[in-house]
Amino acid sequence: MTPDGLPIRILLAKLGFDGHDRGLKVIARSLRDAGCEVVYLGLRQTTESVVIAAEQEDVAVIGISMHNAGHLTLGPMMVQAVADAGLDIPVIIGGIVPAADVPTLKAAGIFDVLGPGTPLETVVATVHAAAAAHPGSSV
Amino acid sequence: MSEGGAPDALLAEATAGSRRALGRLITIAESGGPSADALDRAMVGRPGPGWIVGIVGAPGVGKSTLTGRLAAGAAGGRPAEGAPRVAVIAVDPSSPLTGGAILGDRIRMQGLGDPRDVFVRSMAHRGAAGGLAGAVPIAVRVLGAVGVEVVIVETVGVGQIELEIVHVADTVIAALSAGWGDAIQASKAGLLEVADLLVVNKADRHGAADAVRDLEQMLDAGTATALGPDETWRPPVLTTVATAGTGVAELWTAATAHRAWLIATDRLARRRDDRRRHEIGRRAIDILAHEVDQRVAALGPTAAAATPEEAARRVVRQVRAGGD
Ligand SMILES: Nc1nc2c(ncn2[C@@H]2O[C@H](COP(=O)(O)OP(=O)(O)O)[C@@H](O)[C@H]2O)c(=O)[nH]1
Ligand SMILES: [Mg+2]
Repeated sequence: MTPDGLPIRILLAKLGFDGHDRGLKVIARSLRDAGCEVVYLGLRQTTESVVIAAEQEDVAVIGISMHNAGHLTLGPMMVQAVADAGLDIPVIIGGIVPAADVPTLKAAGIFDVLGPGTPLETVVATVHAAAAAHPGSSV
Repeated sequence: MSEGGAPDALLAEATAGSRRALGRLITIAESGGPSADALDRAMVGRPGPGWIVGIVGAPGVGKSTLTGRLAAGAAGGRPAEGAPRVAVIAVDPSSPLTGGAILGDRIRMQGLGDPRDVFVRSMAHRGAAGGLAGAVPIAVRVLGAVGVEVVIVETVGVGQIELEIVHVADTVIAALSAGWGDAIQASKAGLLEVADLLVVNKADRHGAADAVRDLEQMLDAGTATALGPDETWRPPVLTTVATAGTGVAELWTAATAHRAWLIATDRLARRRDDRRRHEIGRRAIDILAHEVDQRVAALGPTAAAATPEEAARRVVRQVRAGGD
């Protein structure tokens, strides 16, 4: 919930052409069970399609899943695309990210990085923190 | 962009083509309360969309896939400036336990093509009070006010929600699928009563012809009783393969014919007037329910002299008097 009692809207997508979205679906259900409205974009999204959907859906948080080791390029690209559109929406990355890369990603503006096996409570808490850090998310 | 509560500025930006402003306006519309009321007031005098099409049916029959195709066909690309010509509102149920929702219709709208051509918004039903009858009409007004011409509203056909679509749309397309089950299920679900058009999707699968035949027979049976002498519209039954796009153009043509019929027989204006009355009625009930709840909560010990009926009548008298 946001401070005004409305559900947090979060967009979940996977960038690039790899893999499956089983893990992302688990996250989607957990967030729903935590009271979020999850706009689920699924696989094979581009930074551009994510930004357009984020604008139309007016989400408070963007969650991006990556498993193809492209995080050091795609993560900052996603943040840049959000900023280029004039949006103030935090981006959270989920997936296999070596611990050494996390500071680099955060320095590039990623709100947080959630590795595999992150407890679902931590995922939910991170989404809440991200939404709270985003002033434009409430009306 | 202007943040928060200035609807006029947001309306101007969205009319000029800002997706972000339009997205924010829909958020305001669906949040209800004073900011939604202020937005609605700011839109008085602005036109509504020229056409509102509802698509209803059980989960999994292919509504979103179909909606993506229909919307792309209707949009035919992007206007050089301003808001897109076509918008989609896809409504999914909220979890009654947590209030959360998974809004997964977008991933099925592959047929949309360029995501900038059509404005797509996923909406959670958020329970009865703020649901289809509450948030969708004002969201539709927003879309019309910023220049969207055609709005397609996809709603899942579960219980009451599917019947509410008639209070939102000019033209209702009821979808079933060859794989989903037979026409009897559609009939039991109340789909036949609300449908202006019937579409059997997944016609690539076994059983489509049977479903069409069953539906036609039910319509034959219904014609004798349900339709009065001046009813000249019989819902056509069409088949589609939404994934391949087969039959989608024909479905849109048939829907367009329904709109022409509504206009030619003066029904479009009447339907819209009925819908507005329905919305006014719903809102009046909400206001009264709130007042009643407050007064009931403020009652003294209830096991005393008055019967529940007597106490209820006293509450109603108090609400009417507007005092204590
Ligand atoms: N075989 C077949 N599958 C379809 C067709 N249309 C949709 N589907 C599939 O049916 C599933 C549900 O589609 P969706 O559009 O999400 O249905 P909705 O729940 O009614 O919105 C998806 O896997 C679609 O790919 C069709 O015409 N034929
Ligand atoms: Mg759907």
